[in-house]
Amino acid sequence: MKALGIILAGGGSKRMKELSNLRAVSAMPIAGSYRAIDFTLSNMSNSHIQRVGVLTQFNSVSLNEHLNSSKWWDFGRKQGGLFVFSPTITSQHSDWYRGTADSLYQNLNFLYRSHEPYVIITSGDGVYKMDYNRVIEYHIEKKADITVVCTNLCEDEDISRFGVVHTAEDGRITELEEKPVDSSSRFVSCGIYVIRRRLLIEMLEECAAEERYDIVRDIIIRYRKHKRIYAYNFESYWSNISSVESYYKTNMDFLKSEIRNYFKGAPEIYSKVYDNPPAKYNPGAEVKNSLISGGCIINGKVENSILFDNAYVGDGAVVRNSIVLGDVYIGDNATVENCIIESRSTLENNSRYIGSPEEIKVVVEILGEYSL
Amino acid sequence: MIKKEMIAMLLAGGQGSRLGVLTQKVAKPAVSFGAKYRIIDFPLSNCINSGVDTVGVLTQYQPLRLNTHIGIGIPWDLDRNNGGVTILPPYENIKGSDWYSGTANAIYQNIDYMKEFDPDYVLILSGDHIYKMDYEMLLDYHKANNADVTIAVMQVPIQEAKRFGIVVTDETGRITEFQEKPEEPKSDLASMGIYIFKADLLFQALEELKDVPGCDFGKHVIPYAHEKGKRIFAYEFNGYWKDVGTLQSYWEANMELIDIVPEFNLYEEFWKIYTKQDTLCPQYVGNNAVIERSLVTKGTEIYGTVKNSVIGSGVTIEEGAEVYDSIVMEGTVIGAGSKLYKSIVAENTVIGRNCEIGIGEYRENAVDSRVYCSDLAVIGEKTVIPYGTKIGKNTAVWGVTTASDYQDGMLPGGGYLVKAGEES
Repeated sequence: MKALGIILAGGGSKRMKELSNLRAVSAMPIAGSYRAIDFTLSNMSNSHIQRVGVLTQFNSVSLNEHLNSSKWWDFGRKQGGLFVFSPTITSQHSDWYRGTADSLYQNLNFLYRSHEPYVIITSGDGVYKMDYNRVIEYHIEKKADITVVCTNLCEDEDISRFGVVHTAEDGRITELEEKPVDSSSRFVSCGIYVIRRRLLIEMLEECAAEERYDIVRDIIIRYRKHKRIYAYNFESYWSNISSVESYYKTNMDFLKSEIRNYFKGAPEIYSKVYDNPPAKYNPGAEVKNSLISGGCIINGKVENSILFDNAYVGDGAVVRNSIVLGDVYIGDNATVENCIIESRSTLENNSRYIGSPEEIKVVVEILGEYSL
Repeated sequence: MIKKEMIAMLLAGGQGSRLGVLTQKVAKPAVSFGAKYRIIDFPLSNCINSGVDTVGVLTQYQPLRLNTHIGIGIPWDLDRNNGGVTILPPYENIKGSDWYSGTANAIYQNIDYMKEFDPDYVLILSGDHIYKMDYEMLLDYHKANNADVTIAVMQVPIQEAKRFGIVVTDETGRITEFQEKPEEPKSDLASMGIYIFKADLLFQALEELKDVPGCDFGKHVIPYAHEKGKRIFAYEFNGYWKDVGTLQSYWEANMELIDIVPEFNLYEEFWKIYTKQDTLCPQYVGNNAVIERSLVTKGTEIYGTVKNSVIGSGVTIEEGAEVYDSIVMEGTVIGAGSKLYKSIVAENTVIGRNCEIGIGEYRENAVDSRVYCSDLAVIGEKTVIPYGTKIGKNTAVWGVTTASDYQDGMLPGGGYLVKAGEES
């Protein structure tokens, strides 16, 4: 096999507000069926990458739970497999991961002991479908040292969360502005890199010796004139979910049939499957333009919303323009508009939770187990 | 091999001929049930939930769908280093080859499989019933009675008892008499076809009865044990149990799942039912869709009206289509403006636009009135029904049909139109 996969899934995000109190961004549920990391994991599996390391740190419990078996993505095999690396104390070091490059450096043995000539580094918070072999082919064709996958950011996204890339005609990166306030370009890095394994090891060791810890700042930006760093233009759907606004928008995108069908078609996105019964529509249920997951029981009204597994919508309850995460109980006659309801919340009868399209409200009402 | 206290042998080779076109290409245990399940999921899930982790599945009739469904047993956690699920098809040996000629004959032919685990008890199950049962309780009962054979039984209305194998027990639960489909039943306890045997007794009986043609548990093995004076006990089961052997009972059992609090509840956290499933998008419900009193599973796209129905995964119900009191299985498309009344539509079928199915008066079926004896319209798998076709009640359609197959665009009540599969 040509490449080894590394998924950087360690980050938290303040922009996720309360949603990241409970879980890593990579473990955020998406579109009623998936978790964010499923997209890159499935892309790896579908690109025939068999050996994948996942680096976790922040709130890693939720992610480790999701990754407790690697068979859902077809990594449960003797050759290769899925390896999860959390920070660990050894005789050499006892630090947390101090940055993306440091997290790789602390697991350098994984890179040393592999045989694949290339490494593809991705992050766990992107929603997209990509054949990584295309990127590797581009990388080889350009005789690049590092290839950065980039995309044109859509107009309504906040550019200040991204790394803006400026390229020469042939695609070589000349400048990278990290999280600019404003920029003339909307061509941004997707946080997906291809690099030769040997070169990566070399650069990581150099960085570590100089006490530098970040891939973007200390490798891409620092070496942009010294190494051949190219941008690969990715033109299909790509979305990064690590703010409440973009998380909401990415989920709502799945209500559009073209996006839903794009992700539904081959190659598939895999996820850990739960054994929930079919959704049940009782008398009084009124559902419009919504995604409903397994195990839901609906007695009330649901419009323009996404219900994750096992949601219960009581009699006369109204859910509009909202995302309801797993195991939520919405009591009779409750009203929910423009909200994201944290999983395992219990909304009492007759309660009202109203956000606005500009300011999506995150609701956390965890009282304990509800019983049906 | 590690010794197992009890292993299960699951009989899944039957055709289920009274399900008509639904079982032309699949064995009955592999028929869809309750939107996302297949019938065999129930006994398999019961096994793993009861701690029985070694299950031999005996297949014979049309095993492809069954084999792909079971695979290596991942959905039921039956992918094990020791035990797990094993598919046991008929095989050829030095003396020639034999099909499984009866339930006990099938088990006999796999006696080596059973002996590998050196079990103390063997649980015999059939793959065509819908129920949740803790086999561990059955085993405890078996041990407490120091029984040689325990048969799970349930009470049936006395007027229906003549359709079943009936057992007569004394006050301790020990069975004193058997009646096979009796005209005048002496009790209302019917055998459910679920048995626990002491392994030694089972092996001995199978060896001795090996030359009996069509060797069957109800007809031969149990009477054999009874004649030998073995201790045979009845375990009375009080939960939900449904034999879905006929189209009418299959349809009813599906419809019962829709009740607000169904007698057979799939939503309980305890005793989950597992099944093989792909990662699919959740169901999408369109702007003009109306869904009421229905079960709908993942990957469906619903733009029309669905009432009192059970909809399988990946089904598309187009704008303006109306589905009432029906079962629609995986991957089927119901064309815009079509109306379905009390129909069963099998997998990957395409119903064209503006069709009307299940309309008109009930009439006796022209071809097979034993199988088709309700007002259901039954459409087999991979069928195509052209634009604007009308299909009456108590009908069966299977295969790729075109407008020229229908007189005046209509298949009247009691009609039978099968174009696929010469064997039917």
